[in-house]
Amino acid sequence: MRTAPYEGVVVTAPFTVPYVRFSPRPAQYWIGAALRGALAAAGLGPRDVDGLTVSSFTLFPDTAPGLTDHLGLTLNYLDTVTVGGACGAVALRRAARAVQAGEAEVVACTAGDANGIDSFRRLLQSFSRFAMDASYPYGAGGPNAVFALLTDHYMQKYGAAREDFGRIAVAQRDNARRNPQALMRGRLTLEDYLNARMISDPLGLFDCVMPCAGGEAFLVMTEDRARSLNLPFARILSAVERHNAFPEDSVQYRGGWAENAGRLWDGAGIGPGDVDLVQTYDDYPVICAMQVEDLGFCAKGEGARFMAARDMTVTGDFPHNTSGGQLSGGQAGAAGGFLGMTEAIRQVTNRAGPTQVPGARRALVSGFGMVNFDRGICTAAAVIEGVQA
Amino acid sequence: MSTLSDLAQALASGRVQVVDLTHTLSADFPVMVLPPEMGQCAPFRKVEVSAYDHRGPAWRWNEITMNEHTGTHFDAPSHWITGKDVPNGTVDSIPVSAFVGPVVVIDFSAEAAADEDALLGVEHIEAWEERHGPVPAGAWVFLRTDWSRRKGAAYLNLREDGAHSPGPSAEAMRYLVNVRGIRGFGTETIGTDAGQGGHLDPPYPAHAILHGAGRYGLQCMCNLDQLPPTGAIICAAPLKIENGSGSPLRVLALVERDRGRK
Amino acid sequence: MNRLPPKKNPLKRTQVPVSPPGMRSRAATAMTVAAAEGRFALQHCGECGAVQYPPRELCRGCLSDALEWRDTDPSGAVIAETTTRVTPDTYFRGLMPVRIATVLLDAGPSLIARLHGAVGRGDRVRVAARIDAAGQAILLALPEQEGTEVRDDPTVRELSTDPRLRRVLIVDGRAPEALALARGLLEAGAAHVFVGLSEIWKPFALRDQFVALGACSFVKLDVTDADSVQDLAAEIGGKVEILIDNARFTRPGGVLGRADTVFARQELENGVLGMIRLAQGFGRAMQARGQDGVNSAVAWVSILPIGALVPQMSHAMASASGAAVLALSHALRGEMRGSGVRVINIYAGPVDDEWHQELPQPKLAPKALAQAVVKALVEGREEATAGEVARDLYARWREDPALAIREALGGTTA
Repeated sequence: MRTAPYEGVVVTAPFTVPYVRFSPRPAQYWIGAALRGALAAAGLGPRDVDGLTVSSFTLFPDTAPGLTDHLGLTLNYLDTVTVGGACGAVALRRAARAVQAGEAEVVACTAGDANGIDSFRRLLQSFSRFAMDASYPYGAGGPNAVFALLTDHYMQKYGAAREDFGRIAVAQRDNARRNPQALMRGRLTLEDYLNARMISDPLGLFDCVMPCAGGEAFLVMTEDRARSLNLPFARILSAVERHNAFPEDSVQYRGGWAENAGRLWDGAGIGPGDVDLVQTYDDYPVICAMQVEDLGFCAKGEGARFMAARDMTVTGDFPHNTSGGQLSGGQAGAAGGFLGMTEAIRQVTNRAGPTQVPGARRALVSGFGMVNFDRGICTAAAVIEGVQA
Repeated sequence: MSTLSDLAQALASGRVQVVDLTHTLSADFPVMVLPPEMGQCAPFRKVEVSAYDHRGPAWRWNEITMNEHTGTHFDAPSHWITGKDVPNGTVDSIPVSAFVGPVVVIDFSAEAAADEDALLGVEHIEAWEERHGPVPAGAWVFLRTDWSRRKGAAYLNLREDGAHSPGPSAEAMRYLVNVRGIRGFGTETIGTDAGQGGHLDPPYPAHAILHGAGRYGLQCMCNLDQLPPTGAIICAAPLKIENGSGSPLRVLALVERDRGRK
Repeated sequence: MNRLPPKKNPLKRTQVPVSPPGMRSRAATAMTVAAAEGRFALQHCGECGAVQYPPRELCRGCLSDALEWRDTDPSGAVIAETTTRVTPDTYFRGLMPVRIATVLLDAGPSLIARLHGAVGRGDRVRVAARIDAAGQAILLALPEQEGTEVRDDPTVRELSTDPRLRRVLIVDGRAPEALALARGLLEAGAAHVFVGLSEIWKPFALRDQFVALGACSFVKLDVTDADSVQDLAAEIGGKVEILIDNARFTRPGGVLGRADTVFARQELENGVLGMIRLAQGFGRAMQARGQDGVNSAVAWVSILPIGALVPQMSHAMASASGAAVLALSHALRGEMRGSGVRVINIYAGPVDDEWHQELPQPKLAPKALAQAVVKALVEGREEATAGEVARDLYARWREDPALAIREALGGTTA
């Protein structure tokens, strides 16, 4: 089945609240600050928004409706997008459909999370029922341990090497060094990567993201509205989401992208070779490799080697996670699922500043989220194309 | 001077001494052992209720449980089936005059040391009477065996065939009760009868004969070696338990110093 | 010989017990129930047969709600492994590194399990469900073949209550199973066995046989006497790593059999109040030493009559006392949670002793009771039976408690 195109809908006004390692501010702040930033970028006020998507792990005891009260928003459309690291592409496509269908005129897509002392531990121990029952009590390694298991399996199954993953991390650090907002901007070499202390074998320190606090937002509206506001924007060529794909796999070595890559590219009318940059969800390098191969850039199992063989920096032949990604930028909870999307919007609208990929017009943004038990459940991807104002 | 003020002066001067014949009530003190299917003699137990703490800030007190026949104790006539119909046979109905009275002490310690199962016979009493005169009517008779010096398992001295400890023969009890008219009989051992007293005729003659005749028993006493053969007075008042068959008690002896031991 | 670990450095603070993550869903708690019985059970769909893991409310294959916990083939293969070295959790931080694995069960599902040191990726394993210090089931991948090295593995030791290298207090040395228990514990590697003796003024014929066992010593202990318990706890409370409460006073008969409550009270004094006195004397010290190195305090064992679950008319008071101890034992289990001290209930059938003379065979040989206790300790079981009668009644009780209790009153055909 072919999905309807996202005609007449655009994405614009990306905003990133600079990340902080630890902060006493709660999620309501980070989401609100991101919303404020996006609206300011668009020259809009809170009364101009009639749709909202919220992605957050740390809003408790609030929910999205509570947030409307907190932020003084009156809405026609409200969606809680709790798909973790897939929330960027998922929020985009749902908001786009709402605008396209006339349910809302301006949808603010927001994501943000707090990170106080010890809040990561508390999040992990009650992340999900299956995690509480069947993974966290096994050493309490959190996602590091779960992804170590699937990295171990992937390496055995496909012969990927730590050096391959290391090149992904090192290239992202090179990109982060251009991005003043990235939390980790120190020089990182492949040797540093390989010699770093192990966190959960075969994952070392630089395979893992650092939890932090932050917020992200962007706006979805009609192309006409964007033009009337004189905003740079991007069109949505295609977007897909899939949840709990391949439940029969004993260990995760592929994601839902593999099942809807065809639909994604058919809808976009272009192929993997036609994008100027790729933003994958990079909670661990192995997941970057899986996204790249499952989305058709190379054969299955070749992702890590494919990437390692390319220059993944901003100026390279395969620009990847150009802001430094989460591996170097920090993981601000659900905002980590937006990071690639806001960066991609900036890139294709030529607003990425120091990390700008020269002449970038099209980007693939891919997401992955919710390690419910032993694997990520949610996968999503979107292809966007900037329109030069 | 009245007799009591004379006594008071004697007590104050030390001419009359008070000797404690009582073992400390403690959880460790042995109790009578019976075949386990029978009802048993509960040992002494003490549970702290408070001790200047959150359970009672300024005071300390304990809850205690035991059998009527635990520790140094008094046997009333109703303790035994032979005494069940004796008038005033319970601790609460015994005339209090019975609780204060003279005591004579028969030193049987050499015989007990030589033979764990030594039985006091009439001949031993007669030998004692040759030296000290007849056992007075209305007197307590205490059998000194030095058994109270034994500790732990040696005290009950249990073997496969039961306990082994000295005590009176049936003839001796008949003599003391029927001929001499004593008030009661007291021992250092676990009971007024010998360890093997159940095999005598009648079984447990001290219990059977004493209580059948309305007389009293005292057992598990100590310090009998500090008493003169004659001339001491004891105060042995059991708790006033309604219809009680006996009671732990403090047995005190008044001993005249200058008479002393021979 | 069984040697104690090196003596503690008195200048070092004893490791403070911290609970591993202890929250579980209700469904996962059902897995803990099986683990406590030494069983590896998973949910099987009553309609399509699909085996589920993690525990669910509905079948992942057909959405049936007819999920049944069944003993499941524990065989599988390790298809991925990792050594976790970093955790935000305080309990595991003290244990790092921790090896875990993805195990693909022959029965279908894959699961995450702790790893025994001798197995890793590619190995065939058997998965056991063990009770951890939080009192919850933890899956442990063990070598397929059992052996002594399995018991010494640190992970196995963490997830068991093995008497090996530990010091044990047998509360009642006069109980019929005490000698066999002391022997069994020492054979299982116990470092020392303290044997409680009440009424030391009574003869004790087996004294020499205990002494002949070697690392065995007598201590004065009468659970009916609070001072005795406190005195002993003051003396050896810091050394007891396993306490076996076998103190009981049993007399046959029902409710109408006697005209007094003397025996009944003694049954309560020994069983119920005795257990409370022991817990008040030894419980805190054991709790504090629940994670004190390789010979940490690890188990509180209550030996109960099966009548605690299914009241026995022949021994009504023993059943009542046992039921009361069982209730306390469960409470103590809750209170001990997180410390590392597990509370183990051993349900014994009628013991072949003087107080069950009139009952027909099969009766429980004291030696068999001792073996059941040692086995439960070695395997870290929290609920175990001893003897055919107890096993039968326990199974009936598990199936339908009301029916088991009703049929124990008589009037039901075999």
